[in-house]
Amino acid sequence: MPAAGVVLIVAVVLIVLALVYYLVSTIVALRQITAGLDEAIAGVGGIIEKSAPVADVVSDINRNLDAGVDLLEGLLVKKAGLEDAMGLVDGLYPGAAAEGLRNFPDSGTVKPPRISEVYTKGTLTLARLGREAPIAAASPNGPVLRNVEGGSLDARSLYPETRQTRPERLPRSPIIGTNAPVQYTPSEQRGGTTPDEAEIREKGPWAETAAEGIVPAELGGSDAPREMLAEDPQLGSPVLGETTGSEEPATERGIDPSGGDEADATSDAGPEPPEEAEPDLKDAAGGPRQVDLDS
Amino acid sequence: MTLWWIGDVLLLVVVLPVVVYLLKGVLDAARSIVPSVQRIAAAADAGSKDLDAVPLLLTTQAQVKQTVEVVANYGGSLDTIIDDES
Repeated sequence: MPAAGVVLIVAVVLIVLALVYYLVSTIVALRQITAGLDEAIAGVGGIIEKSAPVADVVSDINRNLDAGVDLLEGLLVKKAGLEDAMGLVDGLYPGAAAEGLRNFPDSGTVKPPRISEVYTKGTLTLARLGREAPIAAASPNGPVLRNVEGGSLDARSLYPETRQTRPERLPRSPIIGTNAPVQYTPSEQRGGTTPDEAEIREKGPWAETAAEGIVPAELGGSDAPREMLAEDPQLGSPVLGETTGSEEPATERGIDPSGGDEADATSDAGPEPPEEAEPDLKDAAGGPRQVDLDS
Repeated sequence: MTLWWIGDVLLLVVVLPVVVYLLKGVLDAARSIVPSVQRIAAAADAGSKDLDAVPLLLTTQAQVKQTVEVVANYGGSLDTIIDDES
């Protein structure tokens, strides 16, 4: 065999050996890749299977939380008003008022009042319920209601300054009773005010009798001298009562007489029967009362 | 005879190196994929294990529902107790 033939055979063998080595190595690597992909596919399949119900569950959770947020926001705004509600929110979470409430688009533009130490309405309501006010716990001075003096002063400072400013003590309300600084004899005042001359002119001479009392003292009225009264007068001032002697209303707003002026006996009087109740007709068939016939 | 030698030289100097170069490139590419695939498989396995806590979402769902119901009851009571803003 010529030398060239031998070299040729050697070259071919080398090429074949190289092919075998690299191809076998490639096959091994590809099998490792296949095994790895199988493992990855199994893991991804597990992820898909386990995460399948997540969307529904999370949607349900979000729906419930949305309902809770709607409820709390609505209740807060309904009870405190939008402005105070934002003040309360900003007091608890400084800066949160700027984001506003989700269901109240205008809330972001409201300037929140400074209700950072105590929220009077809620605090007083909770105080009436005998509970501490958790909303005041975030105050930098500590829980307000636990400091009765501090809580009272803080709450007072939120109102228009009348009594809490100098002078410390304004004149107190008229005192009623035997220790009152001004005493009025019962014949002068036994309910209502003592009519002055103008009122007597306006209402007529009958009003003048009220100035003397229903029973004047000289005829044995309740303010007659002791010797003219019975041994045991049953009706004294504590029972009959007496007026304050002042026109100043006892309450801040006084009495609104418009309710009485606009009252209608045909619509406002009597109990309200239930809707299903049948009308009471047991006296309908009877004739008029004898008293009505006589009158 | 000369052509034989020329053929031998071409086989040894040109064909064999080219074959080796190409096969080595394929082998290197295949081997470089293996660690990537193994990392993907490990990540998928870890992700699957992380999702083992998904059933707890059912507990969360039930508790959120109960909490909202309690809040609704409180809200209803407060709505009755506290006066509306006037």
